[in-house]
Amino acid sequence: MFIRPTAALAAFLLAGAAPYARAAEKPTDPQIAHIAYTAGTIDIEAAKLAIKKSRTKEVVDFAKDMERDHEAVNKQALDLVKKLKVTPEDNATSQALAKAAKEERAKLAKLKGAAFDKAYIENEVAYHKQVDSALETLLIPSASNTELKSLLETGLKIFQGHEQHAEHVAGALK
Amino acid sequence: MRASLLPLLAALTLALVASPALAATIELTIDKLVFSPASVEAKVGDTIEWTNKDVIAHTATVKGGWEVTIPPKSKGRITLKQAGAVDYFCRFHPNMKGHLEVSP
Repeated sequence: MFIRPTAALAAFLLAGAAPYARAAEKPTDPQIAHIAYTAGTIDIEAAKLAIKKSRTKEVVDFAKDMERDHEAVNKQALDLVKKLKVTPEDNATSQALAKAAKEERAKLAKLKGAAFDKAYIENEVAYHKQVDSALETLLIPSASNTELKSLLETGLKIFQGHEQHAEHVAGALK
Repeated sequence: MRASLLPLLAALTLALVASPALAATIELTIDKLVFSPASVEAKVGDTIEWTNKDVIAHTATVKGGWEVTIPPKSKGRITLKQAGAVDYFCRFHPNMKGHLEVSP
């Protein structure tokens, strides 16, 4: 069983948004900005790996779409934090995400051909599902700045689109 | 002078007779992953022009039919050649949907 970035997010959600829940705290805007940016970077890195390794046009095209969209959204996020003079703040969730993603990339790097394609796309479906769920149930409701909230809401629509796109590619691979 | 205007007038008259309804450009926008208006009525020969206000690229894709790429902060257009009702979506974000009613 892979320890996926999705597992980290799922644990984060299922455990009542630990570690914040224990202190009955919501993530702050600087933490939310950091989590959102980290989640985007993880998908860009996975996409870069897929562009390098996959020989399947649908998979490479999908990965390029992911790289392009997430880079555009992350650039928006950076522009916004600069404008708001907010410093994104590293936190336990970002660290858990980054750690799990590193392990997932190491697993993916060992796979080849159809096995790689399948593992990459399935993880993309699961990862976007979890990110969307985290945005919907925790990050968007917790955001206090309206511009940050609005960016997260647009991000949610984009990533819901990615989820459907990934499901479509997964279906085409079968 | 008068004589030289005649062929022009003739051509213009002919053009008007040949296409009783002048082709129009129908403008749509894409903002925050929404096609607006979501549904439009058009005629064969009309041009549909999408203005993409988002920072990411979109498409207007008809399954088994045409596809228009609409780059971020840019426009994409298509001239309608066939009558009928079509559903289109964004290939990158299939949750974006639109509809065209094209009359002959």
